[in-house]
Amino acid sequence: MSSQKKRIYGLLAEYETPAEVYHACEQVRDAGYRFWDSHTPFPVHNLDKAMGLKQSPVPWLVFVGGMFGVAIGLGTQAYVSGVDYPIIYAGKPYIPWQSFVPVTFESGVLVASFCALFGMLGLNGLPRLHHPVFNSERFRRATDDRFFIAVEARDPNYGPQTRRLLESTGAASVEELER
Amino acid sequence: MSAQIHTEDPLDPLSGRKVLAEGGVSFHDITEAVCKPVEDPPLMWWPAFLLSNVLLGVLGVSVLWLLWMGPGVWGVSSPVGWGWAIVDFVFWVGIGHAGTLISAVLFLFRQDWRTSINRAAEAMTIFAVVIAGMMPGLHTGRPWFDYWMFFLPNQMGVWPNFRSPLIWDVFAVGTYFTVSLLFWYMGLIPDLATMRDRARTPIRRMAYGVASLGWRSSTRHWVHYEKAYMLLAGLATPLVLSVHTIVSFDFAVAQLPGWHTTIFPPYFVAGAVFSGFGMVLTLLIPLRKWYRLEHIITIKHLENMAKIVLLTGSLVGYAYAMEFFIAYYSGNDYESFVFINRAFGDYAWAYWIMVTCNVITPQLMWFKKVRRSPAALFILSIFVNIGMWFERFVITVTSLHHDFLPSSWDYFSPTIWDVGLLVGTFGLFFFLFSLFCRFLPMIAIAELKSVMPQANPHYHAKEGEHE
Repeated sequence: MSSQKKRIYGLLAEYETPAEVYHACEQVRDAGYRFWDSHTPFPVHNLDKAMGLKQSPVPWLVFVGGMFGVAIGLGTQAYVSGVDYPIIYAGKPYIPWQSFVPVTFESGVLVASFCALFGMLGLNGLPRLHHPVFNSERFRRATDDRFFIAVEARDPNYGPQTRRLLESTGAASVEELER
Repeated sequence: MSAQIHTEDPLDPLSGRKVLAEGGVSFHDITEAVCKPVEDPPLMWWPAFLLSNVLLGVLGVSVLWLLWMGPGVWGVSSPVGWGWAIVDFVFWVGIGHAGTLISAVLFLFRQDWRTSINRAAEAMTIFAVVIAGMMPGLHTGRPWFDYWMFFLPNQMGVWPNFRSPLIWDVFAVGTYFTVSLLFWYMGLIPDLATMRDRARTPIRRMAYGVASLGWRSSTRHWVHYEKAYMLLAGLATPLVLSVHTIVSFDFAVAQLPGWHTTIFPPYFVAGAVFSGFGMVLTLLIPLRKWYRLEHIITIKHLENMAKIVLLTGSLVGYAYAMEFFIAYYSGNDYESFVFINRAFGDYAWAYWIMVTCNVITPQLMWFKKVRRSPAALFILSIFVNIGMWFERFVITVTSLHHDFLPSSWDYFSPTIWDVGLLVGTFGLFFFLFSLFCRFLPMIAIAELKSVMPQANPHYHAKEGEHE
């Protein structure tokens, strides 16, 4: 780093147990922070509530995707069998809806599943090549056995009191993250 | 009852249920136990991998010879036009059912024990479905025209016939493969991030880093992740039931005695779960030993799987009996003939192998000693695999070889190329599975940690520090 002032992303606090990070999240939430996040190696039960997060909109994406898949599946089957090239087959009608159920169901599930995975990734802003939290050497344990809270410097409440708050929540360590 | 459980298995202090990872392990111990063998593979990996390569070579030769000569190299001819390729297809797609059942159905039922086995079972599913998808393709005889099965315009201006179950099957198996792959990959993302953060070489860090999509285990991400995971489980549950149902339509919609029965869909699904759990046991019993994961894939997990094998094996036995009863009760001469011919005709040997392996030997699992003995379960699981292959053989071949016209009756015998194809599919299966064990964490690390007692925010190992 040169003489330029380091660009600060925020503060990273490390915790040892799910209970500690849970209570710390409640305190950071109650202190009114908005641009902050916690990082845990597995989804800690109800931690989203301790952080005051909203419900995920993924179900809507999946529902819309599923209905779209159903419409595409049913529509194309009816079009090719009944409109584009009608052939009498086994004495069945050109558009027997009973015969179209399996493919309609499968295409609905297929599109809905794509929406579930890619909707989740899209909402999370992934894939992403780098993120400031990875600048911390300690953060490698976020996928192993440590729990973290990262408060961003752009939060209006961010200041010297942020470090004091994180330290008072029982953090094992608090460090400054470079951008 | 509860006292009995106490003496055998340790319990979770909060939920009162059996703990899933034994020996008082910490989160870090789980990471180590799962990731270490990926970084330094156990010695047994090499013989397993090399042997599977040999069998894979058998598949290569069998397929090349088939493509060069045509399906005449197989034993199929009139009236038995569906031979081992179709038998192998149904066999493998059936095995491919346990993975999604474990990951989706047991997830929705909150069966936390699934977390120790779901990753490996899902991998098994995907590889089995790859093989299953190959088989009808080869069976067409001219696989270079297989694109006709897809929803593509072709030079003749005709489309696939959507009133035929065979095309439903293309969509069912194709969707099942895709959704299983998405589900599996989604579960892998956090664990790939764990592998990335442990990586000691730049290449590993790069590879796992790209594959984990920059996952940073953020709670804001977990919220969407958990919701999407639950929805995928909800989508995969009817899907897994639909796939073998549609496979059974390939038979049941035909008007052949022995195939044309309404019991086929549930009977096929029960058989698929049965064979899938059989294969999971076959794979995991040696693996947990070689990879030293006996404290994670514990004897309780094996016991639970044995119970499912016992249940589904009994369901399959019920279906066998009910088929006979309906054949008699329908009063249809052709139907009755087919079933008497199955049990006492030319293929009686195959029928009784099937009954022995699928209905009789699994009954040993009523005994707790058997359910808690890895060696006994391993042997029984091999019986399940054999029995389920024979089930598909019996269904396919005995119905065809004596059709409506006695002058065309014949006895089907496989050729060396049929055998080569079947043996080779095991090569491909074990080849893919050993690569999976080599490069990917074979246990869902994040999910397993989340069901450990200390993952609960109310768990306090150090009493009195907070609250």
